[in-house]
Amino acid sequence: MILLALNPLVTPDPGLFIWSTVTFLILFFLLSKFAWKPIVKALDERERFIEDSLAKAEMAKAEMAKLISENEDLLKEARLKRDEILKEAKEIKDQIVNDAKEQAKTEGSKLIEKAKIEITNQKLAAMAEIKNQVSSLSIEIAEKVLRKQFEDQGKQEALVNDLLKEVKLN
Amino acid sequence: MDLSHIFNTKKFFSLAFCAVFFSLLSFSAFSEEHAAADSSKVSATEAHVEEADEDISEVILHHIADSHEWHFFGHVYIPLPVILWTDNGLKTFLSNKFGHNDHGTEILDLEGTKLVNYHGKYYYPSDVKSANGTYITYNADGELLNKKPLDISITKNVVSLLISVTILLIVFIGVANSYKKREGKAPKGMQSLLEPIILFVRDDIAKPQLGHKYRGFMPYLLTIFFFVWLNNLLGLVPFFPGGANVTGNIAVTMMLALCTFVLTTVNGNKNYWGHVFTPHVPWWLYPLMIPVEIVGLIVKPVALMIRLFANITAGHILILSLISLIFILKSVFVAGVAIPFVLFISVIELLVGFIQAFIFTILSALFIGMAVEEHAEH
Repeated sequence: MILLALNPLVTPDPGLFIWSTVTFLILFFLLSKFAWKPIVKALDERERFIEDSLAKAEMAKAEMAKLISENEDLLKEARLKRDEILKEAKEIKDQIVNDAKEQAKTEGSKLIEKAKIEITNQKLAAMAEIKNQVSSLSIEIAEKVLRKQFEDQGKQEALVNDLLKEVKLN
Repeated sequence: MDLSHIFNTKKFFSLAFCAVFFSLLSFSAFSEEHAAADSSKVSATEAHVEEADEDISEVILHHIADSHEWHFFGHVYIPLPVILWTDNGLKTFLSNKFGHNDHGTEILDLEGTKLVNYHGKYYYPSDVKSANGTYITYNADGELLNKKPLDISITKNVVSLLISVTILLIVFIGVANSYKKREGKAPKGMQSLLEPIILFVRDDIAKPQLGHKYRGFMPYLLTIFFFVWLNNLLGLVPFFPGGANVTGNIAVTMMLALCTFVLTTVNGNKNYWGHVFTPHVPWWLYPLMIPVEIVGLIVKPVALMIRLFANITAGHILILSLISLIFILKSVFVAGVAIPFVLFISVIELLVGFIQAFIFTILSALFIGMAVEEHAEH
């Protein structure tokens, strides 16, 4: 009995079948045209946009990393160059100082040499002068002494006697 | 890649879904048997104990079946138009024109066309009154012999269909408009509620089954998914605008299955038909294999039709049976047991409503996918 009662349940009703087909098909066409098409399109577009944005972000990141590494390279290079320049400058400075020292030394020694020669010359000149002076002075002194000595006649004769005595001895 | 784990979790979820589905399938099958057993027990009890008691199984079936009026409560109802294609042409009238006699005991005269209303259906009356006072005759096997006019009435199910179609149109065209209006912006409101479901249909139903050809079938799959789901949910609402058992009606599921069948057949490519008519078996097996393949073509939509119908109907029968227990046992205290059970089953039915929509859609996608597949996997 229950099976029989179920029977109308499993018998498709033609009226409902027709109506449901019509409504479903109308629903399908309306939704396809006015709902699914724009929705699916919008979703696709958004997904593409997100993907693009992600790709772009990735690219920007890569670019950034590249820039950073480039910067670092540049910095390193600059640092190296700076060090080089500094080194070079130091070398140049050292050289200049050394050169200067060297020059000063030679110049100094040259000057000293000259001074020495000069001093020697001056000394010689001075010596010569002193000699001259001494000789003239001694001559003067001798003259004066002699004059004084010979002012007294007796003394002159004594001297001459002495001298003659000496000569006699010889 | 970074997304692979998400894909895996999705896969996991689909697997979990399948597991739940199969357990529920067996559960619903069980409950159907259970309900049937219940009802027979019920009728037995009645027959023996309460002769005057209303036939509960009849009440339940009446609730599940289509109707020519939308009953709210007590004597409040909306009569719906009856449209009959009779031997004398088209006849239209409101269902309450001839009162509410649906026992087949009264002949309705429609300008010369005689009809009789028996259990909510219109028949041509028998010539003579039968022993129980009806103008309906059964043969010895218990088959109804009376002829019926073609009934294309706007029944409760049709009205419910129109309501659900209206809801779907308003909601989704609204959502589509907000997509147009808020182009390139984040979804908002209804849009953000429905977008994950649309994406679910696309990414977990259409794409895995249809591959790169999914785009063309998206409208159909989305329509069928939301149509089935909304009608499943409306069927669970016990009052207006729900209450009609649309997806538990075999005519509706038949129509849906037929749509999938037509799509499959129309889109079937050389591979598909080759697989049917020249299967990869020795030639002498063809007489066996070709009929099997052809039966397979037809069984697939039939299974679709019966699965949806049986699951939804079983759920309704189960809930109604549990409520009927109160009236069968004639004790309000039974409600203390029956109502929590009804609540429990209702919640399960919410899940079943979604799962059945999902299953119907994924199987439709699978069948279409088999039809449009480029290389047969052999």
